[in-house]
Amino acid sequence: MSNTLVEFKHVHTHFDTDEGIFKAVNDVSFRIKEGETVGVIGESGCGKSVTALSLMQLVTAPGKINDGEIWFDGRNLLGLTRDQMRQLRGHEIGMIFQEPMSSLNPVLTVGEQIVEPLQEHLLLTKKEAWAKAVEWIKKVGIPRPEKIAKSYPHELSGGMLQRIMIAIALCCNPKLLIADEPTTALDVTIQAQVLDLLRQLKGELGMAIMLITHDLGVVAEMADYVVVMYAGQVIEEAPVLELFREPKHPYTQGLLRSKPVMGQRQKRLYSIPGQVPNLAQLGESCHFHERCASCMEICRTKQPPLRTDGDTHKVACWLYEEGFGHEQA
Amino acid sequence: MRQYIIRRVLLMIPTLLGASILIFFVFALTPGDFVDTNLKLTPQRAQELRVLYGLDKPIIERYFIWIGNVLRGDFGFSFKYQEPVSDVIKHYLWNSFLIAFVSSILTWCIAVAVGVFSAIKRYSWFDTLVTLGVFAAMSFPSFFIGLLLIKYFALDWKVFPVGGMTTTGSELAGFGHWVDVAKHMFLPVLVLTMLSVGTLTRYFRTNMLEVIRQDFVRTARAKGLKEKVVVYKHALRNALLPAITLLGFELPALFGGAIITEKIFNWPGIGRIHMEALAFRDYPLLMGLTMLLAILTVVGNLIADVLYGVADPRVRLK
Repeated sequence: MSNTLVEFKHVHTHFDTDEGIFKAVNDVSFRIKEGETVGVIGESGCGKSVTALSLMQLVTAPGKINDGEIWFDGRNLLGLTRDQMRQLRGHEIGMIFQEPMSSLNPVLTVGEQIVEPLQEHLLLTKKEAWAKAVEWIKKVGIPRPEKIAKSYPHELSGGMLQRIMIAIALCCNPKLLIADEPTTALDVTIQAQVLDLLRQLKGELGMAIMLITHDLGVVAEMADYVVVMYAGQVIEEAPVLELFREPKHPYTQGLLRSKPVMGQRQKRLYSIPGQVPNLAQLGESCHFHERCASCMEICRTKQPPLRTDGDTHKVACWLYEEGFGHEQA
Repeated sequence: MRQYIIRRVLLMIPTLLGASILIFFVFALTPGDFVDTNLKLTPQRAQELRVLYGLDKPIIERYFIWIGNVLRGDFGFSFKYQEPVSDVIKHYLWNSFLIAFVSSILTWCIAVAVGVFSAIKRYSWFDTLVTLGVFAAMSFPSFFIGLLLIKYFALDWKVFPVGGMTTTGSELAGFGHWVDVAKHMFLPVLVLTMLSVGTLTRYFRTNMLEVIRQDFVRTARAKGLKEKVVVYKHALRNALLPAITLLGFELPALFGGAIITEKIFNWPGIGRIHMEALAFRDYPLLMGLTMLLAILTVVGNLIADVLYGVADPRVRLK
């Protein structure tokens, strides 16, 4: 079994706003092993991105990591100084974002933007870094790299920009790539290309990937292991095949049912009723109980703990808790 | 790019012609003229003077005479100074430029530094203090601050001269002359800077706040760049771009003179003669000054547009 690269231990990231404290990440714990692709899925606003930003320590005010530990490669990141953390970013942890169009600086050439981390972390000279940047543009599958390196972001398409972002994130050979909805803003054919590219680069470089998405298709295609989040908490995690074969949490089951299946004509696509609860007004209940078809008495009063069910499957639901569940599942 | 500039320069011609028509008729149609200001003239003598100055001709004809002369570089003859208008302007222009230029440079440097800093440290005590300070400075009228400064600096403490540009009767030359001028400049420059620094500081603060929460700034941080690089290279450059438009408006302000401030400090600049020309109904001079401002405004806008193209790759023309 390979070593653990990242471990979130009871991380709490809260946003203290006028309307109350938003518990965007509320006691999240999970692991990413070396070279593994972990898919983090959940609806918009469930805390996926904030979890990733907590790892990078790029949560912006009024957000704050209030409690917990985040271990990366044997170090607790929350104990590092600002400068130590900065040296880790872009060097050992690369990150790509959802909107390639706005994620690159409009007044700098893309070459210049790839050169920056190379000079900062690998201490290359300007010339070496430029050569390497051109090499990377080629590596991410863009033709005429010399010319592209001298162009500005507005001259390139969304797909090309996302490739450039991938080059920026991976050029210092990180151990972990955080991909925050990397394909959401792209159209479908480009999505497939970008995913292929990520898979191919992962094969070459062997980094772990934390893949944040709400697209189950992307998860099925890319991930080894899946973490399902809901209202700032991890509610289920399992290896990808197991999760798709036997989802346990009613929310995960709902998510899988709401995915259209090719060749299957339905009058109406299933959707989970209700909406994600307001993160500022979470009570003691299971956060999903209002939308859950199998809601029981205890679900309204007490939160289920995340417990191991079977070998590798973890789920937080009273249905699977001894003495509470109906053992029907 | 060259074609674009040529097109823009050609477009300036109708704009300026339009401006000249407006300027001429506003002044020419205003009741009363220079001859009327002298009450001692007999009606006969007044009529003679009108004929002499060409004021008796039909208004349309007068416009064409004026614009014809302007195109040849002749802005007419100032009634009050009894000199060609262009000579009067030339004489005072650089004095105004001197204080306006120094104060503009100061204003921009202070505004960028303070605006950026208070954006980064938003809601800190520094930010609050600066906000209070710039609003206070902006809210006082120039004559009030001017007189206040004269009272303290010139009368009570006698650090700086009360007004003028050089010490009366001084025959200093070279370096000594410039030190003397600098002393006289201090207070008017201070007033001009205080009045304009507030708006610009708030402007840069807002721009910077806007830029700092953009995705690409987060990307720069995610790349592990030093905070200094993130702020000054990635954020500041984008925050400065919209200010180029303001830079275009600075041009007429540089040469236009500060009417009230120059009057208070008795600074021999364009602003002061503008005021005097108004009082004496010296229309050729007024028209010349206003036309000059119109030209500078149009040229300033052109320069701003060209600079924008240089600074922002998104509007750069191929």
